Amino acid sequence: MTRFGKSVLGIAATTAVLAVGGAQAFAQSKEVVFGLQCDRTGPTAPVGTVLCPGYQDYIALVNSKGGVEGYKIKVLEIDNEYKVPPAMEAHERFNKEGAVVEFVYGTPQAAALGKKLEEDKILGTTPGFGTSAAADGKRFPYIFPIAASYWSQAGAAVEFVKEKLGTLKGKKIAYLFYDNPAGKEPLAVLEELAKSEGFELRTFAVPAPGLEMGAQVLDITGRFKPDFIIAHLFGRSPSVSIKELKGKGYPLSKVISLVWGSAEADIIAAGGMGIAEGYNTLQFAGVGKDFPVLKEIEAMYKAQGKPAPKEMDSTVYYNRGVLSAALHVEAVRNAIKAKGGAAPTGEDVKKGMESIKGFTLGGFVPPMELSPTDHEGGGWVQIWTVKGGKLVKVKDWFQGYRPVIQKQVAADASKS
Amino acid sequence: MFHRESGVFKTTYAADMALYPLPIAKWTVIALAALFVLIIPLTVHEYYLSILNLIFIAIVGALGLNILVGYTGQISIGHGAFMSVGAYTAANLAVRLGLPFWLTLPAGGLMAALIGVIVGMPSLRIKGLYLAIATLAGQLIIEWTINHVPAISGGAQASIEVDRPSLFGFSFATQGHLYFFLLFFAVLAIVATLNLVRSRIGRAFVAVRDQDIAAEIIGINIYRYKLLAFAISSFYAGVCGVLYTYYFGIANYEQFQLVVSIDYLAMIIIGGLGSVLGSILGAIFVTLLPIAIRIFMEDVGALFFSSAEMANVISGLRLGVFGGLIIFFLIVEPEGLNRLWRNIRSYFRVWPFSY
Repeated sequence: MTRFGKSVLGIAATTAVLAVGGAQAFAQSKEVVFGLQCDRTGPTAPVGTVLCPGYQDYIALVNSKGGVEGYKIKVLEIDNEYKVPPAMEAHERFNKEGAVVEFVYGTPQAAALGKKLEEDKILGTTPGFGTSAAADGKRFPYIFPIAASYWSQAGAAVEFVKEKLGTLKGKKIAYLFYDNPAGKEPLAVLEELAKSEGFELRTFAVPAPGLEMGAQVLDITGRFKPDFIIAHLFGRSPSVSIKELKGKGYPLSKVISLVWGSAEADIIAAGGMGIAEGYNTLQFAGVGKDFPVLKEIEAMYKAQGKPAPKEMDSTVYYNRGVLSAALHVEAVRNAIKAKGGAAPTGEDVKKGMESIKGFTLGGFVPPMELSPTDHEGGGWVQIWTVKGGKLVKVKDWFQGYRPVIQKQVAADASKS
Repeated sequence: MFHRESGVFKTTYAADMALYPLPIAKWTVIALAALFVLIIPLTVHEYYLSILNLIFIAIVGALGLNILVGYTGQISIGHGAFMSVGAYTAANLAVRLGLPFWLTLPAGGLMAALIGVIVGMPSLRIKGLYLAIATLAGQLIIEWTINHVPAISGGAQASIEVDRPSLFGFSFATQGHLYFFLLFFAVLAIVATLNLVRSRIGRAFVAVRDQDIAAEIIGINIYRYKLLAFAISSFYAGVCGVLYTYYFGIANYEQFQLVVSIDYLAMIIIGGLGSVLGSILGAIFVTLLPIAIRIFMEDVGALFFSSAEMANVISGLRLGVFGGLIIFFLIVEPEGLNRLWRNIRSYFRVWPFSY
């Protein structure tokens, strides 16, 4: 082939890839658009590949029952690879398509999009991650943690430790965390509680990507010898921590992990549910398949003649996706009802989200109460422990040191 | 036949040294300017303007990296860290001292240039892969420093919020305003780079890349020019970081991690090392490819996959196509998109007489 021919082939190949397809489908008359950012190919891919199908499945379930108040839901899912420019582009796409609610994925993305969400009046949710100070609905009107923030999780973890040890005074607690902003968030609350409750807190940072923590674990188990470990790791890190701690002979029943180190996938990756006996995990959504909403999703798949998707087996992350979708749908339902059936805008959905009360979906969702000033809903968590090879509920919905957390949110607001 | 090089006579040295001496080049540039300044911002939806904004910022960064890697031959994977240095410098100056963007932007660039010179010092002794690892060390050290020094990072969240840039009271708030803001800096960067590589410094860079021992022998101070390359490249990176900061309204080092450095290297490799047009095409290509694949799959893929599977397919396809295209380009045209364009251009230059 001549050189020119080769060049033309190259250009043709490029153009073929960059060719935009036919006309976009027109929006149907009774439709609401939800935006879902996901990370299916980046560092948190183990979470995204399970959480986003959970979200999509719940929306499919709602659509199969006629939609939300008669409106079909269209979910636009965009992979942001856990990077910020694709997240911004995804948000602009959602804005163009007229989305009313957006699932923001990732702490740096939530920080970057905060201002834009407010300008475009699309409400963004950051369940279980993001800025803890965003619980303050007045400061961050369009950002909704809608689940226990990192501060609430830290408070709950300390409450659980107190319950397990009887008292905290004079005890030693180690905080093993991933060395990035999300990992350092809980430090403020932990240090505050260490002062007020009188326990000794020492922090052990694991540098990114968090796959090597032999030195930190040796430091904890060999020298510090704490009474309890609070672990805040994510991605592929939690499984490494379980393996290391087990390897050094530290009893996993004295470890409590915050929400992103709490999935079956992490425990299985560490060597199987059998070896992690006693490992305590914090959860902000129900765990396991024993919930009416999950049974409905399975029934929906069966009615279509397909088996339940294998993502459902990874119940921790799948259920978190379902939880987020359920709260989004409930917010839109409230908004449509408040408008008497008219199509909701982003502002209406924000008000709808702020009026969610007593929505538990059969124990799946905590008894959270959102309000214009509290976008977190109370910071409810459950504790599930690995017993006999599976996760068993040990402590039902509770809040840990709520007044301390609220004081922290107020202090952060007064600082800015 | 449209392209006429004969009969174009220059009577002054200045006219001869102009950037675009041929009439066709002049008219093309004027047409492009009209397109980007007048037609596009007024007709295109905000979403497409936001994509163009991301491309403009990427162009600035890619140009900087191409000056270092393409023109001077020093491999660097620390580009992302220099961006975060610029970003945090500008954010700190804007928040603590309340400086406007036209002061924080050069300040961010200069700070990044300074750090770039320090990180680039190993280049005086080592080349190639060894230098790449040394700059990788620079990237990770800078990330760690920002993470652990609250004075720089502004607290545990390591995010500093900045207001939108404002000039004489006019605030660049919407995508449309930011389009012009970023277009200005992209054009400035392009023109500056075009002139830099034509100048004495640019020729020294190319000499260092091609045969640095021979360059040293004929009297080019390669230490000075290698460090200058790092400084200039890091200045561009710092400016790119500041632009990202003003565009997102927040400075966060997690936006500028190793994967971003690799992304920019991919941009200039696909676009073409050692050319300005290559940087531009590479930046456009790498930024636009995931979006284009997604749009393409949304329209065509609906015929083959259900919507639940689509999301997985699109993400996987993006990775696969990206890697596949890089391999394809490196086999078919190792010198990148720039070379493909030059081939087409040189064909039409003598069309219809190809001999």
